[in-house]
Amino acid sequence: MAGWSRHEGLAVALAREGVDTDQLIPARFMSTPRSAGYGGFLLHDLRRDGSGALDPDFPLNRPEAAGASILVARRNFGGGSSREAAVYALADAGFRVLVAPSFGDIFGANCIGNGVLPARVSPEDAERLIAAAPCRLTADLEAGTLTGAGAPVAFALDPVWRLKLVNGWDDIDLTGAHADTIAGFAAARRAARPWLWPG
Amino acid sequence: MSPRTLFDKLWDDHVILSREDGASLLWVDRHYVHEGSHHAFGKLAARGLPVAQPALTVGVADHYVPTRGRTPATPEIARMVETLSQNAAAHGIRLFGMDDPWQGIVHVTGPEQGLTLPGMLVVCGDSHTATHGALGAFGFGIGATEVAHVLATQTVWQKKPLGMRLRIEGATGPGVGAKDIALNWIARLGADGARGHAIEYAGSAVRALSVEGRLTLCNLSIEGGARCGMVAPDATTLDWLRGRPFAPVDDWDRAAEGWLALATDAGAEFDREEVLDAAEIAPLVTWGTSPEEALPITATVPDPARVPGPRAERIRAALDYMGLTPGRPLIGTPVDQVFIGSCTNARIEDLRAAAAVLAGRRARVPGLVSPGSRAVKAQAEAEGLDRIFTEAGLEWVGAGCSMCVAMNGDHVAPGKRCASSTNRNFRGRQGRGARTHLMSPAMVAAAAVAGALADVRPLLAGRAA
Repeated sequence: MAGWSRHEGLAVALAREGVDTDQLIPARFMSTPRSAGYGGFLLHDLRRDGSGALDPDFPLNRPEAAGASILVARRNFGGGSSREAAVYALADAGFRVLVAPSFGDIFGANCIGNGVLPARVSPEDAERLIAAAPCRLTADLEAGTLTGAGAPVAFALDPVWRLKLVNGWDDIDLTGAHADTIAGFAAARRAARPWLWPG
Repeated sequence: MSPRTLFDKLWDDHVILSREDGASLLWVDRHYVHEGSHHAFGKLAARGLPVAQPALTVGVADHYVPTRGRTPATPEIARMVETLSQNAAAHGIRLFGMDDPWQGIVHVTGPEQGLTLPGMLVVCGDSHTATHGALGAFGFGIGATEVAHVLATQTVWQKKPLGMRLRIEGATGPGVGAKDIALNWIARLGADGARGHAIEYAGSAVRALSVEGRLTLCNLSIEGGARCGMVAPDATTLDWLRGRPFAPVDDWDRAAEGWLALATDAGAEFDREEVLDAAEIAPLVTWGTSPEEALPITATVPDPARVPGPRAERIRAALDYMGLTPGRPLIGTPVDQVFIGSCTNARIEDLRAAAAVLAGRRARVPGLVSPGSRAVKAQAEAEGLDRIFTEAGLEWVGAGCSMCVAMNGDHVAPGKRCASSTNRNFRGRQGRGARTHLMSPAMVAAAAVAGALADVRPLLAGRAA
């Protein structure tokens, strides 16, 4: 995954609380291979009626939202299931930056694994950005700011996650460098507590 | 050494190394995989990597398995179940597949088999992995990228969450169970109220819970946003675990001594502490589309006109989706069907609690009862519970995630209202347009009997619950 430190793009608002992962991608789509693309599943049942037609009034379906890569929402975005498919749907639909007062923990980790920034802002700043959207915004990982809609908005991001996004680190490669330490840990553990290895 | 919490001890025991930025590499004792893990196996295959510790990896077919008969609902669903079998076989992973006599929902089967033990770090690509904390383990859900990492290395990078103790003191009243305790704190603190925290459940009401009750309580930790939830191992834990298929035998005494020593030391500090009075907890039901939107069954549907700001908007949207009228009593809200099942509430005690209400009564609406595992199913049948359910008019089906997540074909039709013993009342969770009310299995049974949301307590009068 390529690292990044600045992203400039069109921000759209989804002025809702608690957009959970079941809404981000309904479970019935999750048997699809990733190579088929998940963008069309994003918020499927909110964006489309029972026949599959797009609801023209839904914020993400409006013409002015075309090409958006930044999504602003209210609290507890991405709560619920651990399905990484929720992030696949956002990433495949072109979203690189998510802005909300709070995110589901597992969802946040899944974002980082896919190069997507979950930017935590105050509820007041979220409301200000929701009011300003659609608008162009720039997310700066080093500065920790979102600029473009009046005064810069500071966002919070775990420093571990910031490093991963900026460097585009691949954890499996990173961990591979510690293979000997891990093997030593495992051997000592097994010797001390053999019952941890099921017979 | 300064006094440590249960969570501190679990954390310290799994740290292989720590980075300067605050991330630690943790050893994984048990990694459960299910059909949904196909993305992660795909990542592994793309890199040509083997599974580092197949012996510590356990596969369970649950999300997509059929609960009626053994034929999956669609070829695509069959492919999901088959792919898990293929991946397990290719990597030499123990599998509780569709036809295994011990198959069940991963968070039911793992503890029940003694594959989860106190002191373990347990992960699974499923958010309800916190369930395993009931045995004094550090269990949490991870996404596909992290699942691939665990498969490849048997480790996971984590930053230590904050510690929170949630004490529930006193005795719960009749008809009030672990589900009610959980919905109560989630409603109070919010669906993101415990975000970033590891919860230790403590207090006399928690100590009094059976392991089944503790599994329900820990299972719902994620619905309050917590990273994980746990209960310190005690005599109840040991009694429950002893003799389980994968529990230690020769090393039992030595293992048990270590497990009991995991309890939080006197004087250990938590970043946050919350206390609930068990006596004040009533049977709860959810009325909205988030588990935080729960109220005592005796309450009325919230009125957005009495609430300021964006919160009113949220309530209005939830009531619109749920088809509820502000201000009317929750009791008496007609339901179309009921579901008893899921990793939250489909263990033997849950089925006993529901059967205690249903015995000798008829359900006014159709419903499904899906035991959490085939072992639970066998036990329930040995106790005659299946007959109580079928004589009440409910359908007794096989074990799996079933109608909780609606992936296997079991679902609630659009606009239909379901009283459900599951964990999420999210929009569309049980099927597109489905209206879910979460509650305890006993409360689901009460709703079945009434054909509407109902208070279970009068129905328990004169019965041993």
